[in-house]
Amino acid sequence: MYMESLISFIVTEYNYSAALILIMIGMYGMIAKNNLLKKVIGMSIFQSAIILFYISIGYKGGASIPIIKHGSGMADHAAIDPTLYVNPLPHVLMLTAIVVGVATLGVALAILQKIYRVHGTIEEDEILESLKE
Amino acid sequence: MKRLTLFLVVLLGAYLVWTTQDLPDWGDPASPANSYLSTHYIKKAYEETSVPNLVTAVLADYRGYDTMFETVVVFCAGLAVLTILRRTKRKHKKNVKFRPQREGVDIILQNAARLMIAPMQLFALYVIAHGHHSPGGGFQGGVILGASFILLALAYDLKSTLRRFKENTVLFYSGLGVLIYAGIGVISLVLGGNFLAYAAWGGLLGISEVEAHSYGMLGVEIGVAFTVMAIMFSLYLDLASGGDLDEGL
Repeated sequence: MYMESLISFIVTEYNYSAALILIMIGMYGMIAKNNLLKKVIGMSIFQSAIILFYISIGYKGGASIPIIKHGSGMADHAAIDPTLYVNPLPHVLMLTAIVVGVATLGVALAILQKIYRVHGTIEEDEILESLKE
Repeated sequence: MKRLTLFLVVLLGAYLVWTTQDLPDWGDPASPANSYLSTHYIKKAYEETSVPNLVTAVLADYRGYDTMFETVVVFCAGLAVLTILRRTKRKHKKNVKFRPQREGVDIILQNAARLMIAPMQLFALYVIAHGHHSPGGGFQGGVILGASFILLALAYDLKSTLRRFKENTVLFYSGLGVLIYAGIGVISLVLGGNFLAYAAWGGLLGISEVEAHSYGMLGVEIGVAFTVMAIMFSLYLDLASGGDLDEGL
């Protein structure tokens, strides 16, 4: 019974399950990988998962992109039916999240270059070794 | 270590599967996230701001503060990369362990880039200026504009690109964008409205208050585009050359 509902969840709400799998991949990459660049890639995957999750939350079945069609919405026109347009709020939040993602990625890469310059490697254990000396 | 991580990740996954059982159905128009505020935006935003692209309307008007500090975040990230990596002659050390080297000149790449860069920049300006009515806006247009300069630097080399678009100019534009954004907010304060309340611009521009929202958003998006374009290019300059700006990838 429980298994059935789990399988139906994975199949019917595949957006959520895709976000879930991406979160797990990103988490694994961030913790298990030894190479700092791979950790950064894991972080980016984690971020994409969250973006996908939010965008999925804002989706409405059969709705269009959140741009009002010509000839509706103004005071003298027909009222807008909210079910025709997807929720614009997650799109706005994720637009800003993507920008922050690029900014953090840039800073992370810069720090990695600096680490490489000082230690000659971006493998975590080798950096710890060279810090001990 | 890897097995422990795998165990932890599977545990997290199982926990998330368990919690997602309570989530609303995918695509449900009546779910909590799709009611309340978002319904108000969809119904009223066009009437209140005369901008049909709801994402732009919410981004640049209703959540104007958020977007302003977003631009500041991008600006700060650019400055951070600059502080971490940039090496001027004074700071330059001799033992450079790694420096990207450029190999040869590719005529096909250079001519393709020459054909593409001008249409790219034109398209970027279209995306910025038409962001109210079609998908687009300052962030997207700024990224395309920045990418056109990155393409120039990739196809030719960093030095000839920097002769056309000097580093100081790039950084000037990144600051100018934030200044335009904050300036529009301050001017609407001076005109008697709240900070970033574009309705106050109506009297100055001789248009209705609703239309003033649209024009205010355009100004703000131009500011965002300047900053994003400049910081994208500045990030590339520093990351590709290791902060020396003499030879890139």
